[in-house]
Amino acid sequence: MWQLLKPNPRNLRIWQVMLLVLVFVFWYLLTEPGLLPPVFFADDRQAAFFFGEPLKVLSRIWHWFIADGDIYRHLGVTLIETVLAFAIGALAGLGGGLWLALQPMASALLEPYIKAMNAMPRIILAPIFAVWFGLGIASKVALGVTLVFFIVFFNVYQGVKEVSPVVLANARMLGASQRQLLRHVYLPSATSWVFSSLHTSVGLAFVGAVVGEYLGSASGVGYLIHQAEGVFDINTVMAGIVVLTAFALGLDAAVGRIERHLMKWQPQAGETEKL
Amino acid sequence: MHHDPSASPALALNGVACTFAARDNAAQHYTAVADVSLRVGAGEFVSVVGPTGCGKSTLLNVAAGLLSPSTGTVMCFGQPLVGINRRAGYMFQTESLMPWRSALGNVMAGLEFRGMPPDAARALAEDWLRRVGLGGFGDRYPHQMSGGMRKRASLAQVLVLDPDIILMDEPFSALDIQTRQLMENEVLDLWQSKKKAVLFITHDLDEAIAMSDRVVVLSAGPASHPIGEFVVDLERPRDVAEVRTTPRFIELHNAIWRVLRDEVLKGYRQQLKVA
Repeated sequence: MWQLLKPNPRNLRIWQVMLLVLVFVFWYLLTEPGLLPPVFFADDRQAAFFFGEPLKVLSRIWHWFIADGDIYRHLGVTLIETVLAFAIGALAGLGGGLWLALQPMASALLEPYIKAMNAMPRIILAPIFAVWFGLGIASKVALGVTLVFFIVFFNVYQGVKEVSPVVLANARMLGASQRQLLRHVYLPSATSWVFSSLHTSVGLAFVGAVVGEYLGSASGVGYLIHQAEGVFDINTVMAGIVVLTAFALGLDAAVGRIERHLMKWQPQAGETEKL
Repeated sequence: MHHDPSASPALALNGVACTFAARDNAAQHYTAVADVSLRVGAGEFVSVVGPTGCGKSTLLNVAAGLLSPSTGTVMCFGQPLVGINRRAGYMFQTESLMPWRSALGNVMAGLEFRGMPPDAARALAEDWLRRVGLGGFGDRYPHQMSGGMRKRASLAQVLVLDPDIILMDEPFSALDIQTRQLMENEVLDLWQSKKKAVLFITHDLDEAIAMSDRVVVLSAGPASHPIGEFVVDLERPRDVAEVRTTPRFIELHNAIWRVLRDEVLKGYRQQLKVA
């Protein structure tokens, strides 16, 4: 019996879902008032106060999406901020990385400053951006861009530096101009590095948007979480976290799809050569 | 069109020397080749043999225009060579195909770079893929092909541009002996029909004699230079496997090996000293 049930590649998905359910069941058992005698807390309502209750969290999500349908405005704002920050940051990082990798003098000149800007805890820029760009979308996008830019930038820079010299020499012998080298050699060679960085950047774009909203805004999921926290509504905070996680996963999957489409020239690990 | 070989050879290196500064100490120099004079007539097949590390590839890079010599001049059909040698095709020793392009895309690359319309480029590239025996493999990416297939694709990539000079840097050294003889015969057939100037670098004396009109022997490095030149008067067309058993081949082999042997031992001793 156990031979059939134990985790294997076929029932992996079921086991993954069961693990999630298990976590929720544990959460429920440990927090539901009156279910278990309080061991750690003075009275049986405190666990629910500190950790929320899974049923109420799920009902909150139900109300947000179905019953009241009032989260879409906030979710839309957060997603627009995330996507804008991601797109602007990734494109700027790609352009900046390509340019600097091909300009050794400029790169030598700017190197210490780029290192400094990367080392700086850039989340702290959020209040400054709020002053510069106001409490609307722009300040959140700016924060997300600063987070995404450097990740993509360093990866592209590295990718261009590691272009195979033989492939480069070959393209030059085949008659490629400087522009064609950029388009047909440097850019494709850098894309594999870019995609590995995009998975990290999607998450950071989200961080930028939510932290920005959290620190000052009038809409967005971060704003909802902030509001709920103000009245100690842990269930709503937890619901917000669950919703954000789900959407971050969705964006990551979208990047993965694009990656698989664009990177089909790359050998998969362990793939046999189909001759 | 008939070129007078004495008037303007396809390729002429006059007193070429290449000195490199050491990476960690600019005061230290390494002279790879010194005082090399070499000519390749139009339609002539010339091989350069020498011990490992004697700067054979350096010479080829100079002829290709990828490397400008420290002293000396390079003439291409009577014109001094400036920048990349546009009349030469270069087949590299190591993997030089663009991994993000299919076999067809790689063969088309040079034509695209030269601004040929895509349809015409595709037709020509497909024709050359068929000629090197890769007719049905145009959509394969390099990682999906075997080493021999990649070499064929490289060959098609060079020959599709119809260069007047073909530079080959130990192109078949990574192949097994059967595939290698097959490829050698194919190259000889293609050369026989087009009569391009070929400068062929190899460490394999058998290969050099079997394929060439002339064999040049380089001394061991540093500062290697030609120390012997042998005209191969074997009849054409040749089969590289069969020609090896003829008495004249063995005679030539012995004569060249007498010159080469001391240099090989010298080069070996130098490598031991460094290690």
